[in-house]
Amino acid sequence: MAAVLEAKALSAWYGPIRGLYDLDLSVEQGGVTALLGANGAGKTTTLRALCNMVRRSGTTTFQGVDISRRSTEDIVRMGVAHVPEGRGTFVALTVEENLRLALHTRRDKAAAMRDRDLVFGYFPILQERLHQQAGTLSGGEQQMLAIGRALMLAPKLMLLDEPSFGLAPLVVREIFRILRQINEHEHVSMLIVEQNAALALDLADTVYLLETGKLVTSGPSAVVQNDEALRKSYLGY
Amino acid sequence: MDFFIQQIASGLTSGAIYACVALGLVMIYVSTDHINFAQGEMAMFATYLAWAMINAGVPYWVAFGLTIAVAFFGGLLIQRVILKPLEHAPVLALVVCFIALLSIFNAIAGMIWSYTIKQFPSPFPSHDLFGNGLVSVQQLGVVGVTLVMLGFLTVFFRFTTLGLAMRAAAQNPASARLMGVRVAWMLALGWGLAAAIGAIAGMLVAPIVFLDPNMMNGILVYGFASALVGGIGNPLGAVAGGFIVGVLENLVGSYVIGNELKLSFALVVVVGVLLLKPAGLFGRVIVRRV
Repeated sequence: MAAVLEAKALSAWYGPIRGLYDLDLSVEQGGVTALLGANGAGKTTTLRALCNMVRRSGTTTFQGVDISRRSTEDIVRMGVAHVPEGRGTFVALTVEENLRLALHTRRDKAAAMRDRDLVFGYFPILQERLHQQAGTLSGGEQQMLAIGRALMLAPKLMLLDEPSFGLAPLVVREIFRILRQINEHEHVSMLIVEQNAALALDLADTVYLLETGKLVTSGPSAVVQNDEALRKSYLGY
Repeated sequence: MDFFIQQIASGLTSGAIYACVALGLVMIYVSTDHINFAQGEMAMFATYLAWAMINAGVPYWVAFGLTIAVAFFGGLLIQRVILKPLEHAPVLALVVCFIALLSIFNAIAGMIWSYTIKQFPSPFPSHDLFGNGLVSVQQLGVVGVTLVMLGFLTVFFRFTTLGLAMRAAAQNPASARLMGVRVAWMLALGWGLAAAIGAIAGMLVAPIVFLDPNMMNGILVYGFASALVGGIGNPLGAVAGGFIVGVLENLVGSYVIGNELKLSFALVVVVGVLLLKPAGLFGRVIVRRV
């Protein structure tokens, strides 16, 4: 299988502080890759570095194209949808406007309207809340909206930053179930950052384990799942 | 009674102009979260350009359109060249920058066109609408232009994806970037629109107060008052605020405090709104669930 996204020697800085050390990473076409690790391991930083949202070095390629020096906006327009930490809701816009925003960058308006129906298919609650201010949605609904917004970009690859954050277990399970469907039916590759390791290992086929900005190990999720020492020391279960 | 109606009519006319100035302020506030103190001087400068064109023999409405276009690109340029490098500067640096822009435009206008007062033509005839001395065509024209502009902006922000992208960029720049919105250009666009609206305000007010480099000084204060009354983040509120301030100012001026204190009335309104209803009459308090 070919890699949809590849990073070589990816490093990142916040001011003078280095948050990521020479990470080599690849996301398989159509696959789900999970980035695991404790707080401050550099998971969010990795996603930000891939999208050029922080000072970074190293090479990143998306579908064979070098995107190391592209702007965040350009990377998004090429088909990388980043669902950010904290969901990035436009709180004063309505749900409908949050979704319609994607039309700004899309030329194929008819296909975009079909994608909107697709989003409503996965998240019927968004259709019910269509004209509500997005800030009034519950946390779970806002996470669904964030994923819906990303889907509206018709992405090839989704970067998901802790989709389970702050949500009730039932809601989290529902969201992960839908993520799997999106991956299978829409052929969207995924790179997912999670603190909830058990859940992520379930969804992902490949895992990268980070600690304080450095790669500890990587491999098929089944292997990591069955390595008790790894699980106990890094994943806490 | 006639006097009262005249006061209302002239209040609505000046209100329309305050509304335009307020709209310019709101435009920049909504897209960049800044208050542009140079809004008035930018409008004045654009009005001089229109004056120069008309003096050179360009027909009024052609000069009107050209001035709006030039102001739009001028505003765009100011944002890209002067303000973009200050992207991460503290707010105080920006305030200084806006005040610098204010005095630079004032000085350049004075240098090129001198400080002597000039007449500026009005596109509307000054005769009465009904022949009874109450409302003039000029007054109606000024109010009409303002309402058309408001309609245009409402449609733009509510129904076009470009307007939506501008609002998104202002609200949450990081998230807007992740939706592929070129945030830097949205800010520049906001400045361009504000400058264009300011140019319209300048060209509407110049026939009434006459053209000189200081003509917008007092009007900018009324513009601030209007924007605050309406809610600084709300174009519709800015226009309503403009009309409210214009009418109140005229009534209070002619019946209560006299014309000399009218400008202080605007400041009283500013302080009053900030004390009693900081979000403005039409300002939307953003509901956020945490």
